[in-house]
Amino acid sequence: MIRVGNAAAAPEFAVAADQALANVQLRRNVRHATEVIRGKRALVVAESDDWQALRESGRQIKAHVLRHLDSYLEAFEENCTRAGGHVHWAADADGANRIIVDIIRSHGEQEVIKVKTMTSDETRLNAALEGAGIAPHETDLADLIIQLGNDTPSHIVVPALHRNRAEIREIFRQKMGLPDLGGEPHDLTTAARQYLREKFLRVPVGFSGANFLIAETGAVCVVESEGNGRMCLTLPRVLITLAGIEKVIPALRDLEVFLQLLPRSATGERMNPYNTLWAGTTPGDGPEEFHIVLLDNGRTRVLADPVSRETLQCIRCAACLNACPVYRQTGGHAYGSIYSGPIGAILTPQLQGMQHSTSLPYASSLCGACYEVCPVKINIPEILIHLRRRIVEGGAPLGERMGMKGAALAFSSPAWLRRAQMIGRFLQRPFRKGDQLAHLPGLFAAWTRTRDLPALPAQSFRDWWAARERGGAS
Amino acid sequence: MLISLFITCYNDALFPSTGKAVVAVLERLGHTVEFRDAQTCCGQMHYNTGYAREALPLMRRMVDVYRGAGPICAPSASCVAMMRDHYPKMAAETGDQRLEAEVADLLGRVFEFSELLVDRLGVTDVGAAFPHTVTLHTSCHSLRSLHIGDQPERLLAAVQGLQLVTLPRRDECCGFGGTFSVKNAGVSTAMAADKVACVLGTGAEVCTAGDNSCLMQIGGALRRGNAAVRCLHLAEILASTAPGELPP
Repeated sequence: MIRVGNAAAAPEFAVAADQALANVQLRRNVRHATEVIRGKRALVVAESDDWQALRESGRQIKAHVLRHLDSYLEAFEENCTRAGGHVHWAADADGANRIIVDIIRSHGEQEVIKVKTMTSDETRLNAALEGAGIAPHETDLADLIIQLGNDTPSHIVVPALHRNRAEIREIFRQKMGLPDLGGEPHDLTTAARQYLREKFLRVPVGFSGANFLIAETGAVCVVESEGNGRMCLTLPRVLITLAGIEKVIPALRDLEVFLQLLPRSATGERMNPYNTLWAGTTPGDGPEEFHIVLLDNGRTRVLADPVSRETLQCIRCAACLNACPVYRQTGGHAYGSIYSGPIGAILTPQLQGMQHSTSLPYASSLCGACYEVCPVKINIPEILIHLRRRIVEGGAPLGERMGMKGAALAFSSPAWLRRAQMIGRFLQRPFRKGDQLAHLPGLFAAWTRTRDLPALPAQSFRDWWAARERGGAS
Repeated sequence: MLISLFITCYNDALFPSTGKAVVAVLERLGHTVEFRDAQTCCGQMHYNTGYAREALPLMRRMVDVYRGAGPICAPSASCVAMMRDHYPKMAAETGDQRLEAEVADLLGRVFEFSELLVDRLGVTDVGAAFPHTVTLHTSCHSLRSLHIGDQPERLLAAVQGLQLVTLPRRDECCGFGGTFSVKNAGVSTAMAADKVACVLGTGAEVCTAGDNSCLMQIGGALRRGNAAVRCLHLAEILASTAPGELPP
């Protein structure tokens, strides 16, 4: 089965969202963090004089790659192999995890240091490693906080965004055995540095995801802010990378576009502090052995859908999460998947299969803020509607279907519409309080629980107009 | 000029005063308004909820109803956005090239209310008087689908006695989102609460917008919180000529 992180056990979005809405601290943390990133992004996007042209370039390159994915992947394999890398292909999450476990085992190792990667969360690699007696050590500061706190990521770029400094201090105190740890940023980063340095210097197997795979040279590109990633990419003897097949781009020169789009969109920086690029292995410099696992896990199925294949253009910048008014209320956990926010709402149901995810495509007011900020112009609202359509075609809840059929009948002619308006005016009588309806039963209760609803006035516009035409209205 | 009014289904049933206000403003400007009774709904609710099959006959109805009409005015950015964003695709899906051409022809004639006034008719001063403090909610569809700029502000700025106060975080969704407001009522309400806090923060007496759907959400939350702020469609402010009391 294709799985996306912890989605299998998650409740539907509305239920999980209500739980998140009750968590005041969580909402405060999420709001603060997303606003800081949004503000930074807005500044560095505004100073770029060709931002819209850059977005269009990004979209075109990605769309072109998706149309010719087979040949670009084969070119990447050939060039990576020529540079001394080993290329593996994995059809699904279990397949990818098995390949990675086997490589580590073949070296007789029992630990691995990891660069931040969403894809390994998608395949639940850490659980697979632990099951095989291999200890994964997250080295990205946020991922370390998640791992030590037995938590799950709530944001694609800033996975521990839902935690504030006091909570992080508490996790470090307990899990690093530092009862006297201070609460200043310097105290926390020093503790993390000491904890991680020991692992960087000792563990001989490194693991990473990939931001871009370059077909032309067989190179892999990883961008990050901390430098911990570069430690994992350069210090170990063996390096393993896991990447979705959609990560490939044609040539090195295409990075010119993406290395502007990604950092500005993701963290509001002009450039990432660390941009690491390598092809295969180089004797006497860096890892002696390099493996890359190319993961499908449902991606070819997404590719087969002409409307929603745009989803695969995503470069995981998470600008859509920070811009989304729904995400800002709930945080990422409500989405029940490591891919949260608007992109998660379209990616998760497609990767995971619609039967588990009939609520996520509806987890949006279709406000369009996500589309507006997307650096590769994925029309997320349109794909949400497309997925909703698939849900309806597969069988929506009976009450909803009847309501929609009823509305369709009412809109089928002015005579039916007048009849429906009349019935509505009659049925609302018991619930009327002045010109408002305060408490309605059934489907409408969800509205009136928290909001008043205007009552239908005695005369509709069309009846007023008809009376006016007859000369009888004001 | 003869202008055809597309009232939209929810304005017809729930907010007839908005339709009357549109008629009043256009007639005051010397135009003639027609209302074609065969109109019902643009299909937005069905389409956005995933019921494309039910939305298609409603699009066909729009094409039929407004065949031969001149400029069409809709006092709802979201209904106009429905048409502009989705009708061409819906028509293309049918494979009926005549329908595609007719849809393109229809779309060339449809205007959101403030677009019609400022862009098509070239008017900003409609001769209104409204001596109140007003804040403007820019709906998501007007902002991000129709890319309406400062047309509503220019119209409001010309209203005698009106004091316009900027709404903080004005580009954020009010949380209505059609069926989203009931399917995800908890999140929708939380979004409305944020919007209401911004509206109350302005100290304005009236919150206006080009979309009664947003105003129904914002107004519903305001009323539940017993706030005195009134929600009024832009057309109703522009229709007002009598200084003094707020319209009922």
